Amino acid sequence: MKRILTFIMAGLLFGCAHTGPTADSSSPEEDRVALIDHYKQILPNIKFEDYIYGALAMNPDAKSQYDSFMEFPSYSIDLDKGRKMWETPFKNGKQFASCFPNGGKNVAGDYPYFDNASNRVVTFENAINACLKANGEADLKYAGDEMGLLTAYARSLSDGMKVNVKVEGAGALAAYEKGKKYYETRNGQLNFACKTCHVDNAGKFIRSDQLSMMVGQASHWPEFRGGTDIVTLQGRFKQCEKNVRAKPKEANSEEYNDLEYYLTYMSNGLPMLTPVFRK
Amino acid sequence: MAEAMKMRATMDGDVVDVKVLIQHPMDTGLMKDKKTDKLIPAFFINQVVATLNGKTVLDAQWGVGVAQNPFLGFRVKGGKPGDKVGVNAVDNLGNKYDGEVVVA
Repeated sequence: MKRILTFIMAGLLFGCAHTGPTADSSSPEEDRVALIDHYKQILPNIKFEDYIYGALAMNPDAKSQYDSFMEFPSYSIDLDKGRKMWETPFKNGKQFASCFPNGGKNVAGDYPYFDNASNRVVTFENAINACLKANGEADLKYAGDEMGLLTAYARSLSDGMKVNVKVEGAGALAAYEKGKKYYETRNGQLNFACKTCHVDNAGKFIRSDQLSMMVGQASHWPEFRGGTDIVTLQGRFKQCEKNVRAKPKEANSEEYNDLEYYLTYMSNGLPMLTPVFRK
Repeated sequence: MAEAMKMRATMDGDVVDVKVLIQHPMDTGLMKDKKTDKLIPAFFINQVVATLNGKTVLDAQWGVGVAQNPFLGFRVKGGKPGDKVGVNAVDNLGNKYDGEVVVA
């Protein structure tokens, strides 16, 4: 009898004590602050501003190699292709710059946003395709190389801008919560959630790679991985899902858009830099 | 296609650090065109000569192992700001690619 009572008490204690970042009643801002506190505890030597470097912030030798590469990146020629795509006028004479405020400068930090009228998350890539459609041009495949190169240049126009995603209103909050749930749900044959690696085990090694922290991840996409392959954020979602042996979703699926919404919100306040090199 | 070559030369202590990016497909001749199913003929840079103020400091023979849009980096002693670094590349079809930069 005493044993059973002890168990019940322990269960109640543990149940009440759990008020971590995954509690459903917290707001996005509370979630974000709680996450940053978590990283401050498990990775105390890394400054908040350096979260944008991910695993590079944990390894000074890797960071110095990265800095030396970024001085004169070998992807400059590919990036020029993106610039050409951005600057070439459509058949009707207009350019991409006409679809965005300020000619496309310092706008990328506001994406994704939740559009109440269409009741969905709108990503930067959605905006690019909307621009193409509005000007009578064919749209681009979401995780393809063309979209990658174009957005690599287009987003670079917002370099330095702080990520500034807003979650306001019931629809936005619902999409945010869906993204958060996807992030925290175990997936694939290896049964890992995104959270398993990038929140619970950030800083640890998985085979030969060090796991980056989630805060700061969304601020620097697309990336030239290996210096040559352009990968968009949702392209990377697909790769990560394959890594845990799950079946990836399609780029621009509702799941990935909500996930991008959640992930980008978590990087609010950090400066953007596009594109970047990763090994 | 703007310029075929992008170059940068900076001082690192008393050594000149030169970085060169050359735009070139570097086709090995062993890959097939997916649409026509025919072999894409070999088309690659096979010689690179670098000079410092006109004097040859690097002479390289490249083969098909070098990747597309090759990146070349090398360090030269005895240079100072204002010196000219030249890079001249030739490919297997005889095309020439030349670039010159002033050491910063």
